[in-house]
Amino acid sequence: MLILHCPYCGVMADETELHGGGEAHLTRHGPGSSDEDFHDYLFAKENPRGVHFERWRHVQGCGKWFHAARDTATLEVFGTYPAQTTEPPKAIRKAITAKRPGWTWRGFSDPAK
Amino acid sequence: MSEAASALSGAAYEGGLVRVADAGLQGMVTLRGDLEAEAIRAAVREASGCDMPGQRAITAEGDAAVAWMAPDEVLILGPHARAGDTCAALEAALQGQHHLAVNVSDARALFTVTGEDAAVREVLAKLAPVDLSPGAFGPGDFRRSRLAQVPGAFWMPQAGVMRVICFRSVAQYVFDLLCTSAAPGSRVGYFEA
Repeated sequence: MLILHCPYCGVMADETELHGGGEAHLTRHGPGSSDEDFHDYLFAKENPRGVHFERWRHVQGCGKWFHAARDTATLEVFGTYPAQTTEPPKAIRKAITAKRPGWTWRGFSDPAK
Repeated sequence: MSEAASALSGAAYEGGLVRVADAGLQGMVTLRGDLEAEAIRAAVREASGCDMPGQRAITAEGDAAVAWMAPDEVLILGPHARAGDTCAALEAALQGQHHLAVNVSDARALFTVTGEDAAVREVLAKLAPVDLSPGAFGPGDFRRSRLAQVPGAFWMPQAGVMRVICFRSVAQYVFDLLCTSAAPGSRVGYFEA
C-alpha cells in the first residue's frame, strides 16, 4: 500500500484516497511544435525500475494535484511536493541522493553535481 | 416553491453499535477563494460568526460552522432556511474579490452517528482510511476522505457524536454503509481503552 503525504492538506493519504496522474514534469508541446515533439509528449514516457517522479491527485480529499518522488521497485517514497513547479525541488533531489547515490531521471540528477 | 426535504426524510437506525440518523435539512454554502485574504476572512466571519478554520479544522459558533475543505475552499454550515441569505451576503461582501459562493444545501446529505465514543469512532474507521484514534482525531478536526466507495467528510462536534456529509445522490448508500458498519455483533473494540 502506497501512502503519500498530501502537501496541501497535510494528511498521510492512503493510496485509495488518491488517483495517479502519470509522469511528472512533462513539457507540453502543443500548437506550433514539431510532430516529433508532440509524439514524444504524448507517448514517450519514462518507465524506470527505481527512482521515478509522478503526479498524484488527492481526489477523495482536498482535490489538489501534487508531485511525488518514489522508487517504483520498493515503493519507498522520497518525498512529495506541490504541483506549482516545473522541476523537483532541491530538497527532494537531495533526499533521493541520500538513498540512491548516482540516480538520474530524464535531465535530473543529484543536485550536488 | 416546492417543499425542501432531506435525502432520506429523517431515516434512522437503532439497535446497532451506534445510532445512525439522517440529520435533516442543513444549510451548506461552498466558498472558494484565497482563504488568506483579509476580505474573505472578514466575509466569512460576518456571514457565519465563525473564525476562518485552519488546515483540516472546523470552527463553530451557535448554529453555524465553517469547515476547511481545501487550501482554497471552505464549507459554511448553518440553518437550511438561511443558506440563500448567507450566499447573498458573501456575494455582496466580496464584490471585486475573486471568489465563488454557491448554495449546495440540497446537493448534499448529512448524517449523525451517535453513541459511545469508541463505537462511533469504530463505525467510521471501518469505512474510511483515516486514523480515528482519540489522539489523532477529535472535536475541532474535519476530514474529507472516502466512505467505502464514495467521497465523504466528517467531524466530531463532541465526543460520541460524528456528523457525516456525502453527496445527496449517494445518501442511501452511505446510510446503508453506516448501518452495516454498526450492525449488532460487529464490534471490533479497537478504540476501547
